[in-house]
Amino acid sequence: MVKGVTMTADVVRLRPPMHRVSPRALWYWAARAAMLWIVLLVPQLIWWFADSGRRDLPHLIVAVAWLVLAAVHLVVMPQWRYRVHRWEATDTAVYTQTGWLNQERRIAPISRVQTVDSERGPIEQLFKLANVTVTTASAAGPIKIDGLAVADADQLVADLTTRVGRSTGDAT
Amino acid sequence: MTTTAVPVEKAAVDGWRRLSPRMLAVHPVMELRRLIFPLVAVLIGLQNGDGGDGGWWALGIGGIGIALGFLRYFTTSYRITPAHVQVRRGLLRRRTLTVPRDRIRTVDVTSNVLHRIFGLARVTVGTGQTDKKNDGVKLDGLNAADAENLHRELLHRPAVTPAPEEGERKASEETVLASLDPRWIRYGPFTLSGLVAIGVLFGLGSRLVNEGHVDLAKVGYVHDSIDYLRDKPLPVAILLVAAAVIVFTVIASTVGYILTFWNFRLSRHRSGTLHVRRGLLTTRSTTIEERRLRGVELSEPLLLRAVRGARVLAIATGLRVGRGGDRGGSVLLPPAPRAVAVDVAGTVIGDAEPLTVALTRHGPRASVRRFTRAVTMSTILILIVLAFVLVVGAPWWTFWTSPALLPLGLFLAWDRAANLGHALTDDWLVSRHGSLVRRRYVLRTDAVIGWNLTTSVFQRRVGLTTLVATTAGGRQHYSVPDVGDAEALRVARAAVPGLLEQFLA
Repeated sequence: MVKGVTMTADVVRLRPPMHRVSPRALWYWAARAAMLWIVLLVPQLIWWFADSGRRDLPHLIVAVAWLVLAAVHLVVMPQWRYRVHRWEATDTAVYTQTGWLNQERRIAPISRVQTVDSERGPIEQLFKLANVTVTTASAAGPIKIDGLAVADADQLVADLTTRVGRSTGDAT
Repeated sequence: MTTTAVPVEKAAVDGWRRLSPRMLAVHPVMELRRLIFPLVAVLIGLQNGDGGDGGWWALGIGGIGIALGFLRYFTTSYRITPAHVQVRRGLLRRRTLTVPRDRIRTVDVTSNVLHRIFGLARVTVGTGQTDKKNDGVKLDGLNAADAENLHRELLHRPAVTPAPEEGERKASEETVLASLDPRWIRYGPFTLSGLVAIGVLFGLGSRLVNEGHVDLAKVGYVHDSIDYLRDKPLPVAILLVAAAVIVFTVIASTVGYILTFWNFRLSRHRSGTLHVRRGLLTTRSTTIEERRLRGVELSEPLLLRAVRGARVLAIATGLRVGRGGDRGGSVLLPPAPRAVAVDVAGTVIGDAEPLTVALTRHGPRASVRRFTRAVTMSTILILIVLAFVLVVGAPWWTFWTSPALLPLGLFLAWDRAANLGHALTDDWLVSRHGSLVRRRYVLRTDAVIGWNLTTSVFQRRVGLTTLVATTAGGRQHYSVPDVGDAEALRVARAAVPGLLEQFLA
C-alpha cells in the first residue's frame, strides 16, 4: 500500500516556499480591503443621514461596530498575509503559499505550465507592485503570486518563460 | 487519412459543404416551440380584449428569428481539411472558426424528434479550450449519414459507407462493454430526475401566470384541489401534497430514465475510442477518445445507493462535467446495479483494482469535523426558524418541529464520515467522499497537473489538510478532503514522484 516512501512521516514535512513578497504588499492588501469597507460603509452613512429625524443611537452603535471590525481587519489581515504569502520557482516547479485564515499551498510542475503572465492593476501600480499568474491546463490550477516588486515580477516571468519553453508535450 | 470518403454535396466548392436543406423545414418549427408562450399570451389577450402587448412583441421578434434561421442555412458552411475543421458563418460579420483536428477530443451527435423525422442530426465537436467559451464547432442540421461519416472521419477512424452487412464488420471493430438491460429501469425512480420535471412544470405555470395573465385559482382542477385541501387539517394536507409530489416524481423519473437511456450502448472501438449511444426520442451519440480519458467517476446518489445502484461518468479532457450542452456528455453508464457499474468502470480504465481497493480512512479527527459542521448548521437553521417565528410571526409549531433537523444532520454527518476515504494504487489516485451524492473518483496519477493543499483555521488546529489534485479533464480538480498532513504529503509524493522532494524540510 505504501509506495516507496519511508514511514518517517513525523519528520518529513512540506517547508514553506523560499521568498517573501514585497513589504509594500502590506499597504496594497490594506488598500484593497479598505476599498471594500468603504463600499460597505457608504450606504450605511447615507442611510444614517436620510434617517436623521429619528434616534441616532442605533446608527451610531452599528457604525462604531463596523469601524472597529474594519480597523481590526485592516491591521491584522495584511500582517497575517505577509507572514503567510511566499513563493518559489525552481527549475521543475512553481510553489506558492497564500491566504491568512484559510491558507493554500499550490504546486505545479513547470512541464504542465501553459501560460505565464504578469499584470498590474490600478491599486498595484499605486504601490509599484505587480502580480504573476501561472496557468496550467486545469481550470482549478492557476497559481497567482500577488504583491511582487515590479522588477522581481519581470525577472520571474522571464525565468519561467525560458523554463517553460524548454519543456515539451501538450501539458494536459 | 483523406476526406474523400465523405459524400460531397452538390453545392460544395473547394470542399466547403452546406447543412442539409431539410433544415429549412425543421428550423421554423423549432423556433415556434420557443414562441408558444407569447402565442398563448396573445390569444388570451385577444380573448380578454386587453393586455398581451408583450406577447405581440415577442411574436414579432420570433418572426425575425425564423427569418434569420433561414438565412443561417445560406450563410453556414463547413469543410474538413486534413489538418483542420472549419466553419464559416454569419451574414454581415463573416466568421471562420478553425479548429485543428488534433485538438478534437469529443464528437457528439444528437438528434431530437424533429431532426429524426427529417433524418437530420446535430454534430458538436468538443475541444477542451473552446468549451469554456461555449463557441465550439456546432453543426445543426447535417443529414444523418453525413453526420455519421463526419463523426467517424473526425476521430481518425476508417470512414465506412453505410452497408447492409453491418453485423459482421461491427463485431470485429467494436466491442460492446455494456448495453441497457430493461430491468435497470427500476432504478429510474431513485434518480430523482423527476424533481427537475416538477421544477420545470412550476416554471411553466409561473410563466403562464405572468405572461398570459392566467388566474390559476380560476382553473378548474387547481381550484377544486385547493378547496379539497383547505377542508383537511393541516398535517393531512401536507401529507397529501407530499404523497402527490412523490408519486409524480416516481413517474416522471421513470419516464425520464426511459427517454434518456433507451437503447443505451457503450462500446469500445478498435481505433481507440469509446462510444455511447442512447435515447428514445432524442438520440445522442458521444465519442470519447481513449487517450483523452483521465479516469472515471462512480457516482451514487443517496437514494440510488440505498437500492445498490450507481452511475459511471468519464473523466476526460475536453469534457467538462455538467456544463450546458456538455451536460450528460460524460455518462458512461446510466443508473444500474452497482456491481455492473464497478465492472464497467474497471473495464473502461482497464484496471479493476482502483474501483474495488479498500480505502484508507481519514480517522476520528475528520469525522469530528463532519459532526461539528452538522450540529452548527442545524443550530443555525433552527435559530433562523425561531427568528421567523418571533419576527415574521410564523406559527410556533414550525419551531417545535425544527429540531428534527438535528438528527437528520447527524445522520448525514455520520454517512459523510463513513464515506470519506482515499487510496493510491500503481497508476490511480482514488478518492471517495459525499453523502447525498457519494462519488468515487479514480484519476490517473499522470493526469495530475498540480497539487493544491488547503487548510482552514480549524483544519490547522487538528492537523488536517484538503489535498486537491488539479487536472485538465472533468471537474478540473479532485479533492481528498480532511486527510492527515503527513498522509496528504505521502499521497502527493507517491502519485507524482520527483515534484515535492525539493520542497521538503
